[in-house]
Amino acid sequence: MRAEIDRVGLKLGMWLFLYSEIILFGGLFVLYAAYFHKHPESFAVGGKELNRVIGAMNTVVLLISSFTVAASITAIQKGSRKLTIGLLGFSIFCGFIFLVNKYFEWGAKIHHDIYPNSETLVNGEPGLNIFFGLYYVITGLHGLHVIIGMVLLSISLVLMLVGKIDGESFSMLDNSGLYWHLVDLIWIFVFPLFYLVL
Amino acid sequence: MTAIPSFYHQSAPPGLTGIKAWLLTHDHKRLGLMYLGAVFFWFAIAMVLGLLLRTELMSQGRTIMGPGLYNSFFTLHGVIMVFLFAIPAIPAIFGNFFLPIQLGTDDVFFPRLNLFSWYLFMIGGLFALVSLFVGDGFPDTGWTFYVPFSVQDSKNVGLTVTAAFILGMSSMLTGLNFVTTFHRMRDKNMGLMQIPLFTWSLYATAWVQILATPVIGITFVLVVLERFLSIGLFDPDKGGDPLLYQHLFWMYSHPAVYIMILPGMGVISEIIPVFSRKSIFGYKAIVWSSMAIAIAGSLVWAHHMYTSGMSDVSVFVFSLLTFLVAVPSAVKVFSWVATMYKGSIEMTPPLLLALIFIYLFSVGGLTGLVLGAAGTDIHVHDTHFVVAHFHFVMFGGTGFAFFAALHYWWPKMFGVMYTFRAAYWGAVLAAVGFMFHYVPMLILGLQGMPRRYYDYLPQYETGNFLAGFGAYIMVFGIVIMFVNLLMSFRKGVPAPADPWGGTTLEWKVPSPPPVHNFIDKPQIMDFPYDFKGVGEQSQKGSR
Repeated sequence: MRAEIDRVGLKLGMWLFLYSEIILFGGLFVLYAAYFHKHPESFAVGGKELNRVIGAMNTVVLLISSFTVAASITAIQKGSRKLTIGLLGFSIFCGFIFLVNKYFEWGAKIHHDIYPNSETLVNGEPGLNIFFGLYYVITGLHGLHVIIGMVLLSISLVLMLVGKIDGESFSMLDNSGLYWHLVDLIWIFVFPLFYLVL
Repeated sequence: MTAIPSFYHQSAPPGLTGIKAWLLTHDHKRLGLMYLGAVFFWFAIAMVLGLLLRTELMSQGRTIMGPGLYNSFFTLHGVIMVFLFAIPAIPAIFGNFFLPIQLGTDDVFFPRLNLFSWYLFMIGGLFALVSLFVGDGFPDTGWTFYVPFSVQDSKNVGLTVTAAFILGMSSMLTGLNFVTTFHRMRDKNMGLMQIPLFTWSLYATAWVQILATPVIGITFVLVVLERFLSIGLFDPDKGGDPLLYQHLFWMYSHPAVYIMILPGMGVISEIIPVFSRKSIFGYKAIVWSSMAIAIAGSLVWAHHMYTSGMSDVSVFVFSLLTFLVAVPSAVKVFSWVATMYKGSIEMTPPLLLALIFIYLFSVGGLTGLVLGAAGTDIHVHDTHFVVAHFHFVMFGGTGFAFFAALHYWWPKMFGVMYTFRAAYWGAVLAAVGFMFHYVPMLILGLQGMPRRYYDYLPQYETGNFLAGFGAYIMVFGIVIMFVNLLMSFRKGVPAPADPWGGTTLEWKVPSPPPVHNFIDKPQIMDFPYDFKGVGEQSQKGSR
């Protein structure tokens, strides 16, 4: 039996898992590349229709939350419990803000009759349909990951509150933090691909 | 020795009794056996389905079933054999059981995750089973779920694809577990070049599982999304491209072929030196060829798509890469044969099965080159030649490696020895039936009989009849093999710790092993296949 917990091993396992998540999105990025090559004009038209302000706001929100998650891990190593709890709570709040923004963004699009299999898209330019199809799939899957990340951070927060996580053993928090950075990282690629380069 | 109970008598975590000791166990050995039970079940079902399919094809026209049922049956046969037998069989059963022992440790790195993987495996299987009986029944798309048919099909494609997705998760988490165990829990005295080859092959496999499985995950997610939302990502009417589905699908599913065959090769690399009483020829070459197969095998997916309408440049590049994979595979075959040269060979059922593996796998590999070459592939694409080729590799390769592993490690896992005579009969009948079954298919394919067809022209009848006849012999042989193994419990001839004279660590622990595997600290040999000591110990190899 292992006498002590092998933190390096736990992290190794987590990194392998994160790697598989990147490949999961990788499949979608392959589709993006292939279709961008096929319908460059439609992609440009579609990209102009997305709201850059909300996109940029969400990017900032996620970057800040990534920082606060990282700070919370440093805080727990230094033993300041209250600061850790505060930072974690703030990070989860940021995730929430992100989702609210997303809700308004998607809501506006759906209001304009732009959603999978909608009249406008089906009867319109095929390239535009693909662009918004990819937009919904990729940001939707990313949104799902935001939710999973928030759940993981919340579990860490609860474990903090009941005292299961402290300066000695914080692998759960550490790995949830890694997951949150992954969510951030993927958004860093999604944001320019849909909002900026087109 | 008798003072220490085996893992059957002691649960991990301690204190669990009865069925809970199995269902909540963290013990990699118990989990391996639980996988064994599930895999046996699925294998039996899929084998019967295959037999029914071949019976249907034995004569022209309708024989025992209609065309709709036939389509569902070959899909079900494919889905079960790929996702519930060939992919999990060796890594999940023998990998779980023996990887930690061969590394000189007491369990995998994430024992609870290991249990979770097993539950995912069972849930995936359950979904597949449920999709048979609800709605419009099992899909008839073939195991490849090609769009647009899989999106338009009214049958339970969504549920089946979800099942495959869950099974993929299970396989990926097992791979993740193995890689972490390999790096973090290996005995401190065991260097990289002292690791048994079976474990090395599992390590290469695990990387492919981690690398490739998420791609099929996202592909299946997209199929489900298409079915529910009709986004049109693969629909040409809506600007999509069905070819991209095929790319995504094979990006996983071709590497999956190596997930199936690499562990089998690892098993053979264990068996050949033990029964040749000779150190494995080219240990390092075999290790590197495993890794080379894992890498090169991930880059050849589009050779399934020569006739799908890719550019000529892609066809050329993928054809070249496909030929490259043959090199490391051949390195292994030559190493096994060279190991036996001037060895002191002792014939046993595991060795016989391993030899059958080498022969059948070689045929499978060489017919693979026929398919890898773009010119010849155009002629035999989507014919019975392809069916025969991948059955030579998947069944003649992985299947027979699985049988060999069963016979090799059975005494270690259960502590009982089986009868040799029946095992030989089973193996020989299965092999002879195999040739009768698949060689006619190779010829049928060259003559132009398409795969997946319910009916055929009169000139194909002889070949199809022979193939069906062979199938019955083969299944008869396999049944003898399994019954013989199961009879070993009844006879209960106890197996010694080392019935074969093996050198790797699993033969240094009692049969069956105790719950923490090792009673004393394991002694790591400088080289895992050093047989110098085996002859001198009178107890070794007695049975």
